[in-house]
Amino acid sequence: MANDPTAQFVTNKIIPLENVGGLDLSFTNSSLAMVGTVALASSFLYFATAKRGLIPSRGQSIAESAYEFVASMLRDAAGTEGMRFFPFVFSLFMFILVANLLGMFPYFFTVTAQIIVTFALSMLVMGTVVVYGVAKHGVKFLGLFVPDGIPGILIPLVAAIEVISFLSRPISLSIRLFANMLAGHITLKVFAGFIVSMSSLGAFGIGGAILPLVMVVALTGLEFLVSFLQAYVFAVLTCMYLNDALHPSH
Amino acid sequence: MFITEAMAAGTEAVGEHAESGIFPPFDTSTFASQLFWLAITFGFFLWFMSKVIVPRIGNILETRQDRIAQDLDKAREFRDDADASIAAYEQELAEAKAKANEIGQIAREKANTEANAERAKVEAELGTKLSAAEARIADIREKAMSEVGGIAEEAASEIFTQLIGGTVTKADLAKAVAASGK
Repeated sequence: MANDPTAQFVTNKIIPLENVGGLDLSFTNSSLAMVGTVALASSFLYFATAKRGLIPSRGQSIAESAYEFVASMLRDAAGTEGMRFFPFVFSLFMFILVANLLGMFPYFFTVTAQIIVTFALSMLVMGTVVVYGVAKHGVKFLGLFVPDGIPGILIPLVAAIEVISFLSRPISLSIRLFANMLAGHITLKVFAGFIVSMSSLGAFGIGGAILPLVMVVALTGLEFLVSFLQAYVFAVLTCMYLNDALHPSH
Repeated sequence: MFITEAMAAGTEAVGEHAESGIFPPFDTSTFASQLFWLAITFGFFLWFMSKVIVPRIGNILETRQDRIAQDLDKAREFRDDADASIAAYEQELAEAKAKANEIGQIAREKANTEANAERAKVEAELGTKLSAAEARIADIREKAMSEVGGIAEEAASEIFTQLIGGTVTKADLAKAVAASGK
């Protein structure tokens, strides 16, 4: 049973709050991981920048790099007007990055491998896009679905495709992150399981366990890359979608 | 110990879910709690980032930018000062050169006029000497010429006497000599 590769995604209640207004709002290991993510990211950013050094310390340098990384990403995708969303995109990037990296520790819960979490985050992005787009551009926001330079007959067809692609954005955004983290962790667990089960077969098995061990080491490195990459991809796509809210006409 | 505990927890939970047969991330019974805690944690994080961290890092970067710009300005100022000193130095140098040229010019002119005066003096001296010499030569020549006349008269009277015998008056002879000399 311990070898069940999906066991790591199971939520366990730490503080049961099973009936709050008819909802089960128990504090689970998932909640703990979220709190840990936020606490780690906040305290790192807080203490690293506490000295406000003109010449940055190592920690401050990391915080500044993260800031400038996200800032240039957002500026490139959505222009200077996009900078109003900077705290939002920065928070998303840092939250997902730290959650992904924390998930790499054995026995730690990976928040971003929960579809509901990634879906909530992407719905937050799309909600922001729609609310801001409509508030700023009103009906013109619908111009997002009608690209320029399309012959009149094709408009309904193209608009339909654009609407479908817009609606599929939160799904693709959430599933990309969720599936990457989930698959990575399952793969790691499966290969790690091979090591255990093979080495229990005696001397020959221990020899045979070397291959999955090498695989696990290599995959761990890959997973760290994926952790960063998925946070980056999520943030970049957020920037691009926000650009649509700022400049709806193609 | 930690491992066994975690494994036990995992086993227990899996046992629970294995019964329901739901893939854990799709277990809708956990959604409300996850959404609730995500809202709290991410909400706090978003607030903390936008109120504290982002302004702070933005401030740090801006301060640094300002400082760099300030330093660059100062450097530019220094460079301007250096340029001004160089320009002043060059101007002084040019002035000194002009002055030197002027002095040289004046000296050259003075030397020239002196030399000219000297030359004129020498030339004048030479002129007077020349004219004196010329006068002397003319004098001598005249004297010689007149002597030539006398000699011719004498020779003619001698020749006359020798050839014809008799005498001619000195006045007639002089007239004849003067006529032949023409």
